[in-house]
Amino acid sequence: MTAYLVPNIHDPNIAQEPIRKGFGAGLLKCGEMFPNVVAVCADLTDSTQMSLFKSAYPDRFFDIGVAEQNLVTVGAGLAAMARIPFVSSYAAFNPGRNWEQIRTTIAINDRPVKIIGSHAGVSVGPDGATHQMLEDIALMRVMPNMVVIAPCDSVEAEKATIAMAADSRPNYMRLAREATPIVTTAETPFVIGQAQVFREGSDITLIATGTMTYQALIAAIRLEPYGIHAEVVHVATIKPLDEKTILASVAKTGLVVTAEEGQINGGLGGAIAELLGEQLPVPLRRIGMRDHFGESGSPGELLKHFGLDSSHIATAAHQLVTKKQRG
Amino acid sequence: MPEPRLDHQQMLLKADDIRQDIIRMLEHAGSGHSAGPLGLADVFTALYFSVLNHDPEHPDWADRDILVLSNGHCVPVRYAAMAEAGYFPKEELLTLRQLGSRLQGHPERLRLPGLETTSGPLGSGLSQACGMALALKLDKNAQRRVYVVMGDGEQDEGNVWEAAMLASKYRLSNIIALTDRNNIQIDGPTETVMPLENLRAKWEAFGWHVIEVDGNDIPAIIDAYALAKAIVEKPVMILAHTIPGKGVDFMEYDFHWHGMPPNHEQAKAALKELRTLRGKIKSEAD
Repeated sequence: MTAYLVPNIHDPNIAQEPIRKGFGAGLLKCGEMFPNVVAVCADLTDSTQMSLFKSAYPDRFFDIGVAEQNLVTVGAGLAAMARIPFVSSYAAFNPGRNWEQIRTTIAINDRPVKIIGSHAGVSVGPDGATHQMLEDIALMRVMPNMVVIAPCDSVEAEKATIAMAADSRPNYMRLAREATPIVTTAETPFVIGQAQVFREGSDITLIATGTMTYQALIAAIRLEPYGIHAEVVHVATIKPLDEKTILASVAKTGLVVTAEEGQINGGLGGAIAELLGEQLPVPLRRIGMRDHFGESGSPGELLKHFGLDSSHIATAAHQLVTKKQRG
Repeated sequence: MPEPRLDHQQMLLKADDIRQDIIRMLEHAGSGHSAGPLGLADVFTALYFSVLNHDPEHPDWADRDILVLSNGHCVPVRYAAMAEAGYFPKEELLTLRQLGSRLQGHPERLRLPGLETTSGPLGSGLSQACGMALALKLDKNAQRRVYVVMGDGEQDEGNVWEAAMLASKYRLSNIIALTDRNNIQIDGPTETVMPLENLRAKWEAFGWHVIEVDGNDIPAIIDAYALAKAIVEKPVMILAHTIPGKGVDFMEYDFHWHGMPPNHEQAKAALKELRTLRGKIKSEAD
């Protein structure tokens, strides 16, 4: 069942890499695979990992300075001329600052611009609340025509980047700054719009995205000694949501915990609550930011402080299962 | 196949036709912007009947010039010019702003072939043009140009100046932008709401070549575009001084007509005046 994931997920020394590194590697490959791929960056070429592409394809790279409104609208113009532009900055600014430009010139206009929001989540750390983007999933999920992707590790991010270059729709991809355990392998399938059952179980469904998918897998391991068999569904594409896979799992387990490094209101937690509320109402707990901003601190401290880790997911799951057993 | 050009007298008549179209469209729609589209009728006549390489029969013609309308609220003038040029039947103009119409209140590329992009929220046309111009440079295509028409009020937007810097950095001489310098915006005169002057000095300071022209003088507009094409080192900004509401006496210079359509009586009076004007053009032509 987890054959296509790495075998040592439980290992504290599991290999780690920032998710954004996978984007950088994927973009470099896209340069070779797709002659019409171009890259545009708003003065964050190294930290958003566009440097590899820039070195290999200097003529196809444009640094537009600290100008995020220009970033996406120049992207829309490039896309109008049969280019596939990847446009990157920090998620706090892209799509945080330029949401209207994305809405008008990319979404309503239906141009296949690939919007990259790096450094999302509280794990940005010491930079504090201004730079810890938590609302991007909600912002982009409500936008018609937009695809929203949050890969769980660098290996998946590389696959997602290549899939985005081949996708004809506007896409948003959320990336994280800190090293994240690598749970997927070259064999793990990635298809835009498909959720993956990363671990099978029968008692409860843990639905996670981005950096929190690893935490959900660890939570499932921690629940085993309690006799709780948790199923873990990784939702790499938050929009369009893979309703079929999610509903099939929830129909089996009847309980759900969602987990994301962002606001639960409007985020993955919101999306799952909407789906289940209409189609399959079951007890649900949402792990994520609960209508407040982050603050400065080390990434580890912040994840613990805000309850964004495996122990909080496991506790929520345990409570739901216990409550159900007590009737 | 590019659109056949019109001669001087034919273009004066065409601009008058376009103004009459605008009045009819806006009256029928019951909402929309009057002053800007009327003021821009001469610029759009020059563009669609002399300056642009385009083909109304084939809006996606691969060698066409691109026209980005950044101040999307002025789109009635573009719809009228497109209909006059043969992109679609003139009867369709009266569907403006109605449910199911291809002629949306603000232009949507996906609804009507030939629009190039979607606009309305201000300040984003020039930067889209930058992206288009960068792509043409990558293609080493020196034949096609990207034309932009933008408002003066929209230059309050920071996005405009981000684009101005970028065009200068990459020496995007394949962009020819035109500012409709009519000195009005919704809340009043531009210099009262948010002073833009010295606008020429601003664009020059951003590295652009600036040409000033009477934006209601068709031969002068065409000459300005011809000069702009000769500037190969810099992007070009044509500051076109226009009269808002041009051609309709009671609308001219009055900012209240920025976002208002004529009612039935006003439209009747406006059309009468434009027909009288047309009569004079004819007699001059004879």
